Amino acid sequence: MSVELEPVIGLEIHVQLKTATKMFCGCELSFGEPPNTRTCPVCLGLPGALPVVNARAIHFGLMIGLALGCDLAERSIFHRKNYFYPDLPKGYQISQYDEPLCRGGRLADVAIHRVHLEEDAAKLIHLGASGRIHGSEQSIVDFNRGGTPLVEIVTEPELRSGEHAREWLSLLRATLRSLGVSDVNMEEGSLRADANVSLRPAGSTPLGTKTELKNMNSFRFLERGVTAEIERQRAIIEGGGEVAQETLHFDPASGALTTLRSKEEAHDYRYFPEPDLVPIATTAEMLEQARAAIGELPAARAVRFERDFGLSAEMAHLLAFRSDLGDYFEAANAASAADSGHAQQLANWVSGQLVARIGEQDPATSNVTPAALATLVELVSARELTNGTAREVLDVLLQSGGDPRAIVAERGLASLSDDSELAAIVAAAIAADPDAAAKVRAGNAKAIAALIGPVMRETRGRADGSEVTKLIREQLGV
Amino acid sequence: MTEPLELTASQAAGAIARGELDPGELFELYRARAAADQLGAFTWVAEAPPAASGGPLGGVPLAVKDLFCTEGVPSQAGSRVLEGYCPPYSATVVERLAAAGAPLLGKTNQDEFAMGSSTENSAFGPVQNPWDHRRVPGGSSGGSAAAVAAGLAPWAIGTDTGGSIRQPAALCGIVGLKPTYGAVSRYGMIAFASSLDQAGPLTRDVSDAALLLGHMVGARDPRDSTSLDFPGEIALPSRTDLRGLRLGVPAELSGEGIDPGVRGAFQSTLELARQLGASVEPCTLRHATAGLAAYYVLAPAECSSNLARFDGVRYGYRAPDAPDLLSMYMRTRHDGFGAEVKRRVMLGTYALSSGYYDAYYGRAQRVRTKIAEDFATAFEHFDFIVTPTAPGVAFELGAKLADPLAMYLNDFCTVPASLAGVPAISIPNALAEPLGGGTRLPVGLQIVGPAFSESRLLDAAFALEQALGFDGSAVRQ
Repeated sequence: MSVELEPVIGLEIHVQLKTATKMFCGCELSFGEPPNTRTCPVCLGLPGALPVVNARAIHFGLMIGLALGCDLAERSIFHRKNYFYPDLPKGYQISQYDEPLCRGGRLADVAIHRVHLEEDAAKLIHLGASGRIHGSEQSIVDFNRGGTPLVEIVTEPELRSGEHAREWLSLLRATLRSLGVSDVNMEEGSLRADANVSLRPAGSTPLGTKTELKNMNSFRFLERGVTAEIERQRAIIEGGGEVAQETLHFDPASGALTTLRSKEEAHDYRYFPEPDLVPIATTAEMLEQARAAIGELPAARAVRFERDFGLSAEMAHLLAFRSDLGDYFEAANAASAADSGHAQQLANWVSGQLVARIGEQDPATSNVTPAALATLVELVSARELTNGTAREVLDVLLQSGGDPRAIVAERGLASLSDDSELAAIVAAAIAADPDAAAKVRAGNAKAIAALIGPVMRETRGRADGSEVTKLIREQLGV
Repeated sequence: MTEPLELTASQAAGAIARGELDPGELFELYRARAAADQLGAFTWVAEAPPAASGGPLGGVPLAVKDLFCTEGVPSQAGSRVLEGYCPPYSATVVERLAAAGAPLLGKTNQDEFAMGSSTENSAFGPVQNPWDHRRVPGGSSGGSAAAVAAGLAPWAIGTDTGGSIRQPAALCGIVGLKPTYGAVSRYGMIAFASSLDQAGPLTRDVSDAALLLGHMVGARDPRDSTSLDFPGEIALPSRTDLRGLRLGVPAELSGEGIDPGVRGAFQSTLELARQLGASVEPCTLRHATAGLAAYYVLAPAECSSNLARFDGVRYGYRAPDAPDLLSMYMRTRHDGFGAEVKRRVMLGTYALSSGYYDAYYGRAQRVRTKIAEDFATAFEHFDFIVTPTAPGVAFELGAKLADPLAMYLNDFCTVPASLAGVPAISIPNALAEPLGGGTRLPVGLQIVGPAFSESRLLDAAFALEQALGFDGSAVRQ
């Protein structure tokens, strides 16, 4: 009988910090400027140039460490990580090794191993069919990105599935976003995750042979890549084979995992303390500044949403972990009448209808103001609008903004509150389809649908379905 | 008036300030001499003086070791891998000196990336010692030392990692000073070993060294994290005796391995120091003899990383027609670096390798700490420590090329102060016969002081210099 296998996953996350300048020089960070325009002797690795640590990057690093509950080092040092590659102009990356800025910590159910600062590599572009350095006709380097401050966050191997990894990473992203230290955008590369994956017999302690997965540049790909790797390893082990320690490249198009390098090809990085930099001494003042710069973190916000607005735990997380949604929700709620009691409905509209229409876009940048959404929800609650017509109004708001009441008036979308008008339409529908009316009278409940349809068409959705049903039944005496 | 060539740099600056000497004429005098250099001391010579000099140094031209970056001017660190490389910026120290009125006269030859003790490891050929053209000037700042000794430049700057200013100064009969680590900005100095490299003056006399150094140090350079504010100013030396000074003589660095001629000169100078009022007593630097071994782990380790950037991708030499990336790297570095550089890159790469790091780099760092502690302890009892600068006088070109260890022994007396980061000066104290006899050649005395004691060090050196009366004018023809 085969033993049940338990996946063990750890993440190594790289976060580009949103500082004004690079990690070790005064060049501004680059956002799509022409290649090699945001460079200087330092970030080009010219002979004789020396690095100087960006104080703001340390500040952000301390904020992250505090937010993740890490132990912050009173003294930490930079090391050189030596290897040759064209995107690494000095032939080494300045990183941290055995004395990082932060150790330990925890975010939700996953412990943090360490958090350290380093610099990003430049960007390589390979010309030719292969798209990789091997077989390319030419490779060119854009050093604009080179030297961008990075924070590397390493988790303990406490994640158990691809889905778990995705969910936890989205909490981390929300946390980092709320700190304002990064754009944390996976597609744009300001948030990057590598996963170390291994399997072991459930309940055992020693770790199995791990593989490292790279290039999962979206939350979906992270989940898919990890899931695929778990299945690949499971098949190997259950087939009596052994997993080889290697670095794998995930191809999101095909879902395939291909070997980047084997254990034998692993680099010896020859780490040693960076002699061009002095140790970072974290002072009480620096810690105080970092602490003061941290606002409400997503986990705490979710608790507050549950407590103060009576939202379900699921809804509270959903809004708190996407801080733009949370902010929008709070703004809309503030715009509602104080005791309207619409918080749950507002939450539903923000996370449901609005997100369905704008996706990942920050709702604050849409044409729908929080006040407009609050008004819309009030109109629905007061039965002045049906859910259907309210959705129509939302479409208009997204298109061109404005006030919901004005749109309703202009387009004649108000619910039919005048019973006599609706009664007349119902009577006309019964008169137009005597067959159906007879069937309903005879006790065929399903036949009523044939009468409701024309009423709804005639009222263009302004009528409430249950009201219409009630009126038909009354007029037919059933 | 004295011939301009016979004026020291300080005297020339004074003459210019008094309107007795035209800085343009002075520049042209040295420019022409440097351009006609037969010693191999220069790798590049300015064509004309800069528009205006001014400043407290008055426009006295300066020779600069090749490895200092100078904007738009070849800065090749004596290496083929940087042949023709003209950086887009200048080193902080070059900028500071130019602003103070020491315009760039030329770039001086050196051992490739400052690795060597004879200036024979240059891609641009060896430098000859002006005292005997068949002999080396020492190294790695041999071009700067030879240029100053031969009167091809009024003064020069060099760099010292394990003795690269002091040893060539000694072998060429001039003054060389290695400042406290951090006193002079390293920004723009093409690095050999970052934790040891330090720029300093090479000059005809102690006063010139003080004047030049005074404009190299100052407020810390925000572009060099390891640089420090220099406490106070460098005073011009004036002391005429050594009364009240306690000089320590470490047996470890002044006995075994020192040539008899050098030892004899050293003993005579100690006697002179006593006559000037100093107390001279033995002291102990217990770990100093391990300095060379530690140095030849640490410096190569750092250089293996510092030289990784010379990969043919962005600047300098790139091997043609490499079929792939790895071949390009290997061929570029194979062709671009000389034998000594490759030897040290290999040594350093090995010392940092996984599994060897603690045994080599870690242990060498511990030795370094011990040596620094030895100095700190010694300075509780002594004002300065004195030793010979180099174990012998200038040796013949080629004599030690086949034996790297014999070459490395040249740094035996200078390396401990480098590892401890403390300042040290070499002044010429005698002429002595080489081993086996022959024309007498210059010998240097090294005086080592505690961190930031440069002013006192220069003062003591000045008093000795005046009493010694060393005359190097014979080689300025």
